[in-house]
Amino acid sequence: MNLENRLKSVYNKKIINTSFFKGNQLPVFWLLIAPSVILITAFILYPVFNTLFYSVYKWNGFGPLVDFQGFRNFERIFSDQRFWNALKNSGIIVIFSIVFQLPIAFMLALIISRNNSKGIIVFRTIFFLPFIFSEIITGTIWTFIYHPTNGVLNYFFEVFFPNANYTGLLSSPDTVFGAILFVVFWKYFGFHLIIYVAGMQGIPKEYYEAARIDGAKAHHILRHITLPLMKPALQMSLFFSIIGSIQIFDMVWAMGQGDPVHAGETAVVYLFKFAIKQQKLGLGSAIAIIIFLICLVFNIFYQKVINEEKA
Amino acid sequence: MHKKSSLIFALSILFSVLLIFSCGQGAKTKGDEKVTIEFWHLDIDDTMAPVWEGLAADFMKANPNVTINITVLENEAFKSKLTTVMQSGDPPDIFRSWGGGVMNDFAKSGLLRDITDEVKNNWSSKIGAGPIGVYSYKDKIYGLPYDMGGVGMWYNKELIAKVGYNEPPKTWSEFIDCVKKLKAAGVTPIALGEGDKWPGHFWWVYLAVRLGGKEAFDAAVERTGSFKSESFVKAGQLLKELIDLKPFQEGFLSANYGGDQAGAMGNGKAAFELMGQWAPAVETAASEDGKGIGDKLGFMPFPAVEGGAGKITDVMGGGNGLVLGKNAPDATIDFLKFLTSVESQKKIITSPIGGIPTALGAEEAMTDPNLIAVNKAVSQAGYFQLYYDQYLPPAVAAVVLDSTQALFAGTMTPEAVAAAVDKAYEDEM
Repeated sequence: MNLENRLKSVYNKKIINTSFFKGNQLPVFWLLIAPSVILITAFILYPVFNTLFYSVYKWNGFGPLVDFQGFRNFERIFSDQRFWNALKNSGIIVIFSIVFQLPIAFMLALIISRNNSKGIIVFRTIFFLPFIFSEIITGTIWTFIYHPTNGVLNYFFEVFFPNANYTGLLSSPDTVFGAILFVVFWKYFGFHLIIYVAGMQGIPKEYYEAARIDGAKAHHILRHITLPLMKPALQMSLFFSIIGSIQIFDMVWAMGQGDPVHAGETAVVYLFKFAIKQQKLGLGSAIAIIIFLICLVFNIFYQKVINEEKA
Repeated sequence: MHKKSSLIFALSILFSVLLIFSCGQGAKTKGDEKVTIEFWHLDIDDTMAPVWEGLAADFMKANPNVTINITVLENEAFKSKLTTVMQSGDPPDIFRSWGGGVMNDFAKSGLLRDITDEVKNNWSSKIGAGPIGVYSYKDKIYGLPYDMGGVGMWYNKELIAKVGYNEPPKTWSEFIDCVKKLKAAGVTPIALGEGDKWPGHFWWVYLAVRLGGKEAFDAAVERTGSFKSESFVKAGQLLKELIDLKPFQEGFLSANYGGDQAGAMGNGKAAFELMGQWAPAVETAASEDGKGIGDKLGFMPFPAVEGGAGKITDVMGGGNGLVLGKNAPDATIDFLKFLTSVESQKKIITSPIGGIPTALGAEEAMTDPNLIAVNKAVSQAGYFQLYYDQYLPPAVAAVVLDSTQALFAGTMTPEAVAAAVDKAYEDEM
């Protein structure tokens, strides 16, 4: 049943007294929704349309908008190899999350969700811990760990592989993105794990007992009980993972701002460097519009395909 | 009925709007009676911030009608927040600036207060034309420096003596020899925090200054020449030869200046660094024992390049100053006068902020022989070049910084660096 039908049924059953919003109660209706309408307009709709407007100008943010560029800002971005590299990096984070992070978290959740011994709880807490740190703190911690001369990793190499010539994973264009990817995994893995564990613990034990009495094997149970009942949790974690991956910024910024030589830049880091650091607000707005459209397309796809399936 | 509902709708919107904006309302009192000056700086350090507080307190004591509100922000946060308030058209009354391209952008948009007449006719101290020039745009003065110095080669006397140098190398080829000898002796020849990018761009700019002199730069800026001209390409090639010797500490591409580069020097682990007048103070702060290398630290001008048009006396540098926002009350000019007076400058340079004073006469208070040497180099400079990352507009500066980092990483050729800088400059002009 989709949302529209559901609303209709609610309306028909008169669960909500619709007469309340008619006639002399109408002002109350407006009064109630005014704050959200104003806030959304002022802080979401207005900036979005403003950004769209700025994106066709060359403008450093000071003084009037005079230098109209048409679609030239977009042309410049699409012909910039750095943009494609940043977009590729963001894409890799998305794919990496879907292909590795979520399935591994799911499998681990299967193992630990039915077990509430003290050891497992400690284990779960340790996995969840990185998610509690703010992005900037996470980035700073890992900058220390990866540090070429004073870092923990350097110490590790000195002790166990004295001939390895470790020079810092964030110091080379070849390794910087891999190093960031690992931290992304480390930080968000626990978050998805906890969503899955919570979801699995919400499935009534009776289903499993009944299935076992009927002679179902482990893979039958997984296929016909756990997976279907975990669908809402999976959908939510997928959504967070994809939108979060596209928007990832703070942590990358803290780990060397996507440098050396732009090798670790993500789409939003690229945006920030142009719009804020270089004060190219017009060009930056155009980049923001592109990222916005990517998120929008994904969101529509998600609503249409993934959410519809639920009905 | 309908009328009433729309009235309530309108009122509710009005109410919400008032609610939102009532928080952001900060009234400024102007006129003869009470004046408030908004003062922004970035010396967030525990020992430095009180120096400004003290100076502001002294000024307020002498001018009881003036209140000075100080906002202190960390360097990067300062730049971001300043950009935001500038874009909203409401600059602080007096704020920290490096002059050059960023300040010029503000001036172009009418966001700064012109203080030319006051500085020329009615100022308390004498400040050289060179330093004032850094805070001028199209012959109008918008602020003044309280510190102006030069970038040069800082070296560890003990480490270079180890490989037979009692005097530091004077030319580029001697310098390269010295680097090779240090490398062979197992000493890190050069400390570099290239993660921050600007420390590395000093090398490229200084080589260009030595090779092409003032003429090459002026020609490139005025578009009678270009950044693709020989001296800029050659600067990249000479730098590439140095980079290929691998003279820097491990992992220098992600290292920062304040901790890694200054730490390597301050702990006596590297022989050279190319840095400004603040180097001794930052080295001391970054050293493990909190003392730095003391007397073992020497200063010399950037080596002369054989066959270059520039002289060894030409200096690339810059400093720190204060600029006035467009709405600054008149009392702000008096405050700047007070801060750039000989007495205040003596207080600043003998405090943890340090630096090299701009008011003539204040240099008497300097005690560090290295800083006196920097001051001598700056005052004798025939050609004073502000660092490119400050002189050029931010968009071009970013390309200079990115491209030189790519040269250090080996992903761009010297020719490509020169071409990228030239293209960025062409786009911006």
